[in-house]
Amino acid sequence: MNDKARLADLMAEKAGLVSAIVSRVKSLDEAFAYTLDVCDKKEACQLLPSGCESDLSAGAGALCDAKLGKIIAAPGLPAEAVKALGEACAGRGVGFITQGMRSHLAGIDIGFTIAEAAIAETGTFVLDSRSEELRLATMICEVHVCVVPVSAIRETSFEVEDHLRELCQDAPGYVAFITGASRTADIERVLAIGVHGPLELHILLLED
Amino acid sequence: MQNARDLKEYKGELSGALGNEFLRTAMDNFAMAYRVSRAKAFAGMDVDGLVRDIAQAKDQAMARMDELFEEFKTQAERQGVTVHLAKTGQEANEIIGRIAEKAGVKRIVKSKSMTAEETLLNHHLEDLGLEVTETDLGEWIIQLRHEGPTHMVMPAIHLSRYQVAELFSEVTGARQEGDIQKLVKVARRELRAKYAQAEMGISGGNFAIAETGTIALCTNEGNARLVTTLPRVHVALVGLDKLTPTLTDALRVIKALPRNATGQAITSYVTWITGPGECQSSPDGKKEMHVVFLDNGRRKLAKDPVFSQVLRCVRCGACANVCPVYRLVGGHQYGHIYIGAIGLILTYFYHGREKAKNLVQNCINCGACKAVCVGGIDLPRLIKEVHARIQDEEGHPLQSQLLGMVLKSRKMFHALLRSAKAVQKPVTGGTPYLRHLPMIFARGQGFRALPAIAETPFRDRFESIKPKVKGPKLRVALFSGCVQDFVYPEQAEAAVKILAKHNVSVDFPLDQSCCGLPVQMMGEREASRSVAAQNVRAFDLDSCDYILTLCASCASHLKHGYPEILGPDCEGDPGLAATVRQFADRVIDFSSFVHDVLQVEPAEFRADGRKAAYHAPCHLCRGLGVTKAPRELMATGGLEYLPAEEEDVCCGFGGTYSMKFPELSAELLKKKLANIEKTGAELLLTDCPGCIMQLRGGLATKGSPIKVQHVAEALAERLR
Ligand code: SF4
Ligand code: SF4
Repeated sequence: MNDKARLADLMAEKAGLVSAIVSRVKSLDEAFAYTLDVCDKKEACQLLPSGCESDLSAGAGALCDAKLGKIIAAPGLPAEAVKALGEACAGRGVGFITQGMRSHLAGIDIGFTIAEAAIAETGTFVLDSRSEELRLATMICEVHVCVVPVSAIRETSFEVEDHLRELCQDAPGYVAFITGASRTADIERVLAIGVHGPLELHILLLED
Repeated sequence: MQNARDLKEYKGELSGALGNEFLRTAMDNFAMAYRVSRAKAFAGMDVDGLVRDIAQAKDQAMARMDELFEEFKTQAERQGVTVHLAKTGQEANEIIGRIAEKAGVKRIVKSKSMTAEETLLNHHLEDLGLEVTETDLGEWIIQLRHEGPTHMVMPAIHLSRYQVAELFSEVTGARQEGDIQKLVKVARRELRAKYAQAEMGISGGNFAIAETGTIALCTNEGNARLVTTLPRVHVALVGLDKLTPTLTDALRVIKALPRNATGQAITSYVTWITGPGECQSSPDGKKEMHVVFLDNGRRKLAKDPVFSQVLRCVRCGACANVCPVYRLVGGHQYGHIYIGAIGLILTYFYHGREKAKNLVQNCINCGACKAVCVGGIDLPRLIKEVHARIQDEEGHPLQSQLLGMVLKSRKMFHALLRSAKAVQKPVTGGTPYLRHLPMIFARGQGFRALPAIAETPFRDRFESIKPKVKGPKLRVALFSGCVQDFVYPEQAEAAVKILAKHNVSVDFPLDQSCCGLPVQMMGEREASRSVAAQNVRAFDLDSCDYILTLCASCASHLKHGYPEILGPDCEGDPGLAATVRQFADRVIDFSSFVHDVLQVEPAEFRADGRKAAYHAPCHLCRGLGVTKAPRELMATGGLEYLPAEEEDVCCGFGGTYSMKFPELSAELLKKKLANIEKTGAELLLTDCPGCIMQLRGGLATKGSPIKVQHVAEALAERLR
């Protein structure tokens, strides 16, 4: 097995351990199709339990009511990818946005991103989050789908250090290491996913 | 949050905590689960090497604290961050209050920051009429309850789902059930609304990286990302100890911190923020960003030759996770704001003597914290050191002063023990235990029988049993410790029997006295040093190859404690300075000597296959790192070794600790004995007369038939 394949496997294994859903795709188009499938299935199922079904105080409840139809947000993609994903969304009747996250704080269905790099030994991907839209999209979405190019996977965090340094030096910078979905164990140490951020994390390993 | 005014009040609170069933069960489950998940997380890694690297890097960084601050400031300011330095907690709070006022802030969201807990920031901001909402779930829960955290990583670990449900019912005005997944989602929604409204976000900082002017944050919930993104002002409140030269340092710590904290390979989010980025809710489209560094004694600590190492702490909380006392009483009783072993120390420096003086006495010196600290901080020693400082400042309690005085004179001490023997008859009732102690000595001690003083101390028996060895293959000088000398001389005798068989000459220097650990534990530094020096001088290093002791506590104190206590200069006695190192090098515990040096063989013993459990004394397994030798010796001696659960957890003796906190000591003993009894063993072996005193006493009181012996006794009995 070559090193690239080994690291991809390690990445898949470690990310899986922290409840990320890992799949492999051959092209960005395939990634878009996957994302729309997830979006479709989401409709087929119940709305993911994001708290809106509970009894809430008036203020928080109002924010739930403000939740609009189905939306995929993908800020920060290259122009042709925006075009392709936008068209794919339109074809399936799903809303598509690349900005204006602040008017969707109640939540969007899917945030779609492409990672800068990844750390296989912990199943982590590195997201350049300096764009406020991108940062918000990955926090207010209920499902985060992130494409990780296999060529960008390294084994340890020290191997992405130089890259991280460049991102930090090119200030203002905001870099995120993301490993699994948002979680807490603050009540009786019982694991609960999705306390603030995404309820599900999908990683698409892109063979490039 | 520990606020008791005196020891009596503190003990009252401890009793209360012991009676809290939910807390006890939660803490037990946590302690057991943590052991497993930590071990799993570090599996296959060179943990010691990692700890060494972290400690070294941290020490180097802290020695350059001011310089790193300047570097960070230059880098961060170049990007438009305003960097502040607050001398005290109050000053930090005022700075943040002014930032809020100037920016016209009304509502604030916060992500978790122990530093903000330290400065009691929320109180200050609320007094200014600002609305502050904690967004970390645990922090939010305790904020709603108006209480402090009970754990540095899991602040609400002391609460049940039903208590949380009740709280959330109040907040939402709707009845909430005790379903954890649902409760978490309720928090998700309630807090989402808060982020949307807030004008200012306050975060802590796990790292302040000087080379790039970056603040790095580790969270699992992701709340720090929202806190630092949605509001138009971001303030990071960071202790000066979080300054670190490079990204490499941060990445190294991140390898260890989450693993040690919760058994995770990494936290769900690690966020690296460099400079104020875009912010659509700000009029000019750009975030206003401040970093407030807190000194509050850190700069002084960095220069303290003894205590500077506490600045290595990365706040992983592990020292609480493994502490047997924390496990019994919980965080409100085991810290003021910072919790666990490190809390006992930091409370003194950050919150003052008054808050620390009771807490710091409640450490049984088991070393479990030190063994897991990713900063490699010598926590138990520093806890004692704080205790000693407080006593020096406040005056020493009569009891500990007296003990110090008595121990300083070996003759007086031994005369006292001898006269105690003479008068004990009426209270032993002819048994080997003290049966009818006068009330003032017996208070709370009923959980275990205390042994009587032996008829003839070991020092008086030695001449008659001294082996006559010609051309010995090794020369050993015995250090008995008080307990074996005056209470259990038969244990030392058993050892002599085994040594003689192996052609080892044995000497017993008569000028030796108590090892001094009891006075060290009581904060009597001066007496502790004086006794140590006497003992070192009592041994003629030219005439012995090893200094052998059967007491794990003495062994670890002699070996690791003495060089530290006597210090590099030995108070102007350079001769002693050189000797103490050699002395320490020669110290060895019984099991290691017999197993590693004499390499005894099964053929030397009559095997009877009796079922035996083992208790690993704290000062042997962690203090000296000896784990294999005694267990293998049990097999060599022909016993069937039955492993017990939590074999290496403290038995609750802790010398003077069990006299001061009998209720806690009794609880620890109860757990220990239950685990032993579960094995079905008929024998319980260990390597420390102190532990034997505790274990035997407990079993005798219970009327259990399990027999407790020193490994030496079990071996000597089976010698062919
Ligand atoms: S030495 Fe033991 S009792 Fe003392 S703080 Fe550490 S773990 Fe707790
Ligand atoms: S003292 Fe060590 S174990 Fe305790 S919180 Fe700090 S780093 Fe962790």
